[in-house]
Amino acid sequence: MGATKKRRTGRFFLYLILILMTLLMMIPFLWMLSASIKARDEVFMMEPFRLIPEVPRWSNYKEIWTRIPLLKFIENTTILTVVVTFLQLLTSSFAAYAFAKLEFRFKNVLFMGYVATIALPWQVYMVPQFIMMRKMGLNDKLLSMVCLQAFSAFGVFMMKQFYEGIPDSLCEAARIDGMSEYRIWAKIMLPLSRPALSTLTIFTFVTTWNDYLGPLIYLKTETKKTVQIGLKMFMGQYTAEYGLIMAGSAVVLIPVLIVFLFLQKYFVEGIASTGIKG
Amino acid sequence: MVEMTLQKGIRRKERKRNLIAYSFIAPNFIGFAVFTLIPVIYAFVLGFTKWDGNNPMEFVGFQNFTKLFQDRMFLAALKNTIIYCIGTVPLTMVASLALAVILNQKVKFRGFFRTVSFFPYVASLVAVTSVWNMLFHPTRGPVNWVLQNVFQVANPPNWFGKDLILLTMILFSVWKYTGYYMVIYLAGLQGISGELYDAGSLDGANTWQKFRYITWPQLHSTTFFVVIMLTITCFKVYDIAVMIAGGGDGRLGTSSTVLVYYICQKAFVNWDLGYASAVAMVLFALVLIVTLIQFRGERKLQE
Repeated sequence: MGATKKRRTGRFFLYLILILMTLLMMIPFLWMLSASIKARDEVFMMEPFRLIPEVPRWSNYKEIWTRIPLLKFIENTTILTVVVTFLQLLTSSFAAYAFAKLEFRFKNVLFMGYVATIALPWQVYMVPQFIMMRKMGLNDKLLSMVCLQAFSAFGVFMMKQFYEGIPDSLCEAARIDGMSEYRIWAKIMLPLSRPALSTLTIFTFVTTWNDYLGPLIYLKTETKKTVQIGLKMFMGQYTAEYGLIMAGSAVVLIPVLIVFLFLQKYFVEGIASTGIKG
Repeated sequence: MVEMTLQKGIRRKERKRNLIAYSFIAPNFIGFAVFTLIPVIYAFVLGFTKWDGNNPMEFVGFQNFTKLFQDRMFLAALKNTIIYCIGTVPLTMVASLALAVILNQKVKFRGFFRTVSFFPYVASLVAVTSVWNMLFHPTRGPVNWVLQNVFQVANPPNWFGKDLILLTMILFSVWKYTGYYMVIYLAGLQGISGELYDAGSLDGANTWQKFRYITWPQLHSTTFFVVIMLTITCFKVYDIAVMIAGGGDGRLGTSSTVLVYYICQKAFVNWDLGYASAVAMVLFALVLIVTLIQFRGERKLQE
């Protein structure tokens, strides 16, 4: 009897902690949604505090599209994110196949080059990178962001780890059957690596969509700016328009939320399956 | 004679094999080499020059570095970055570990809780910091309102003032990163064999003992990975500092400036590119040293 009672109190505290944690994590978002439909003066009202205001100001959501070129920002960011994600997936898995399953000269040296730059903070070489991009005339072009993000060492590293988990015998059998390495990659490796590809998709999507420093440095013309810069610019110009700022923030969060909800299952699985813990 | 032809044949096969492999790597590697590798090498040279991007570069040897250590702003940035690191890393590690242990149990709605704790990491920084800044607004924000009216705190703190600003940054970072590292810990926990716990139960171990003598040691390499990733991430802090401490115009003063912000200021505002690279190299050296120390410590522990 004593043991069950102990278990039950243990369980109770467990759920208590979890609920507390959920509140801590989620309250900022709840508050954001609530504030996004309030008039400017209502936003900070605590006595009384209304989660949903008496007269919800849905017009906030209409107004932000006109106050700043939000549509253009979203358009830019979407194009950028889709292109980068696609290129990343393609070139990373392509290169990772060679590192994981093929033998060739300089293999280790080349791979060490990749690994070394992962540990290196981007900020260490962002200055010469900027100078180089400027010389190439890529300044203030969305293409610059594509070049920077699409060829990451992290993608290659992650896919290689995953590919190493696929048994060599599969590739061997295919080679004996006369398949070229390219077909092996396309027909065998690619389909099998769906969890890793999903994880890489989420990582790349989230990183590119949320990127702030990159676009800040490279994109100067307003029509080329991405959604993060646009939102921040808006916040700087209209510091007192609290309701509008919250509505804008909510809009910016939605795409990532959708992608995340759909693929969140893979996120946990993906990180686990790349053997990072080992 | 036959042997020579054999050797030639093998070498030809090897060359073909190499070429195929290179064709796989080429798309990614060329982009990588041009846009990452070369700038990295360039970065190490730039630190020894004085250049504004337009006029000719001049080599100044170690001048940038001697200037650095007398530079008040640089020293402030260095101090703040280190404090921020010391605050964020242990707190995040403990929180994420605790969450992972809890959510590794058979709890109802486990998936929901995992998703919820992960979401702050995924959410856009600009959006989330704007919410935090409003929540913690010293006079109008709900946090101080609750402190004042519910907990009867006489003078609720100014979270963005120069005394507490680093703390606010740390709290925000812990909130944002915990979910991500929780997932990494979860992966590590799932690798621990259940038999170990069964044996522990047989020996009469209670929950705390199980954690201390089974879970914690088994999570060794995961903890190592987490601490290194966290440290590197914290040293690189920029966005969080600018958006939490930057006020309306995104400028940081001595109480909140961080290394990367200083690099950006010097490079893209003052166009003092050589000096900026020198600061960047100090950042790199710092990250390298701390990482090496951790690797050393890890090796010692393993012996």
